[in-house]
Amino acid sequence: MPVSSSTTDRSARLTRWLVTAPPAVFLVIFFLIPALIMAGASFREPGEFGGLAPLAESGPSLDAYRFILDDVIYAWILAKSFAIAGLTTVICLLFAYPLAMLIVRSPKRQRDVFILLVILPFASNFLIRIYAWMIILGPLDLLYSPVAVVVGMVYVHLPFMILPLYTNLEKHDPALLEAAQDLGAGKWAGFWRVTWPLSLPGVLSGSSLVFIPVLGMFAVPELLGGTGDLLMGNLIKEQFLDNRDWPLGAALSLLLTLAVLAVAGLSAVLTRNRGQT
Amino acid sequence: MALLEIRSITRRFGKLEAVKNVSLDIESGQFFTLLGPSGCGKTTILRMIAGFDQPDEGELYLDGQPLADIPPERRPVHTVFQSYALFPHLTVSGNIAFPLEMAGRSRDEIRRRTGEALALVHLEDKGDAFPHELSGGQKQRVALARGLVNKPRLLLLDEPLGALDAKLRERMQGELIALQREVGVTFVFVTHAQQEALALSHRIAVMNEGRIEQLDVPEALYCTPKSRFVADFIGTINLISAEVLEADRHGLRLDAAGLGEIAAPPLASAVAGMRGALAVRPEHLRIAGHAERIGLKNHFSGTVGESLYRGDVTVYKVRLDNGLLLEALATNAGPGRARFHEIGDRVSIEWRHDAGVFLDH
Repeated sequence: MPVSSSTTDRSARLTRWLVTAPPAVFLVIFFLIPALIMAGASFREPGEFGGLAPLAESGPSLDAYRFILDDVIYAWILAKSFAIAGLTTVICLLFAYPLAMLIVRSPKRQRDVFILLVILPFASNFLIRIYAWMIILGPLDLLYSPVAVVVGMVYVHLPFMILPLYTNLEKHDPALLEAAQDLGAGKWAGFWRVTWPLSLPGVLSGSSLVFIPVLGMFAVPELLGGTGDLLMGNLIKEQFLDNRDWPLGAALSLLLTLAVLAVAGLSAVLTRNRGQT
Repeated sequence: MALLEIRSITRRFGKLEAVKNVSLDIESGQFFTLLGPSGCGKTTILRMIAGFDQPDEGELYLDGQPLADIPPERRPVHTVFQSYALFPHLTVSGNIAFPLEMAGRSRDEIRRRTGEALALVHLEDKGDAFPHELSGGQKQRVALARGLVNKPRLLLLDEPLGALDAKLRERMQGELIALQREVGVTFVFVTHAQQEALALSHRIAVMNEGRIEQLDVPEALYCTPKSRFVADFIGTINLISAEVLEADRHGLRLDAAGLGEIAAPPLASAVAGMRGALAVRPEHLRIAGHAERIGLKNHFSGTVGESLYRGDVTVYKVRLDNGLLLEALATNAGPGRARFHEIGDRVSIEWRHDAGVFLDH
């Protein structure tokens, strides 16, 4: 029945357009175009009192990038941001994995309560929660230190690790673990040979959801970190608000975006290679 | 000494006694089946043999060794799960190699034995495939190869053919028998499908409500069931309520209400006055037009109420003149034998004096 099938094809295509068009338009206007403006700005000269120098006067310039390459401090801060993001991701994973397993293995009603507890912090304002950490960490003499930054980062991002892990682990067939045990695998072997490899998609998406935001986060290091705990996010914020060097801020933003895209791409490739699960 | 000895095991789940004081021996090299309706306790027994469950009372011995303190991963017992439980992230070869790796075999040995197991189940060319790329029958074979590759003392099979369609199921039954004969591993098979149990097993334990009703070879279970439950659960059977008039070593004389006298084969425990039922298989009943009677000892008249044509045979449901409904099976061997009797036809039902079995419970 070619006629009716082509009609359903057409209506399916129309539906697809109706569903995807609004978010696509939104993203083009509020993400893609600003990102391009930002990229353009990174190749300009700073204006005298902030903003950008008129293109007619200064012309395009690579000064911002030259500046970044000249001073090793920028590479150092980027590396430190990666290190903090990596450490935060690992700690979140170590905390979240056993917790997600515990939630999955608890009875249905308790499970819902646990999930509610995981997302409950979102009900109160992010900044208020960070201020609360200042009150907690202050008396412990940990405030304004890298430790405080990592504590804050882990605290803020832990739910983003727990939820994907929970979603993944919940789908595991308990018969698989039983089969592993039946075939001679002890508890650890069963975990490493069955549960862990099957949970890798969840581990990767949770890690992306933690690693990428931490890389650009500026509020936590600003409030909990010391003067030496400047990360990429703070650096960029400073260029725009304090130093009024927009091109430098734009260039740093662009570099951070590229770094994030590289991480996301890597994670996507890793997930695809595990695609059979 | 039997390979597996089960001694008076009881397993309770809350108030429910899933397994009630069950004892049985499984000999080495046998194809042993636990047969029963769902909830009869057969799967619970299987899980206790595998080690996933522990009896509340009683003990299991494998090669004379008590199993109680041995966790599942250290029992030389592997299971073929109902859902197959193949590891989705491992290839067919990876799945089959798993128990060998867990047992710490050398790399060479793992490769060699995985290859042998693949050949055993005719999947040589599927070693690199992932489980989701296989058909139901192929998954089944991988699960079997994985269960057998490390040469367990016992292979447990939990309704492994349940998910297959009828045709494939029959083919896998044949393969299972051949496989068991080839590898010589003792199989403990759990099923609710009585025909499957009859076709596959050396011995069958028929279970009901946590107890073993009868443990016997398939022929004995079918021909001489010891209880109404077994008679009814295995195959189809006609139950005719009757009272013993006379019992001796040559046979029984029964009185069936409204039918009159019936001759039945001897039963040691039968005494005059005992009430019970004569159980006769449909294929033992001969259905014929009145003119075609061959003069068997037991003969009654009735009317064809229903006929179910199945191709090779036709099942007739005949209402006897006293109202009793009997099922008779006629093979359609000769030409024109199909639907020989029409609904409403007057027919005669007759059977030999030594057919059937008298059941007092």
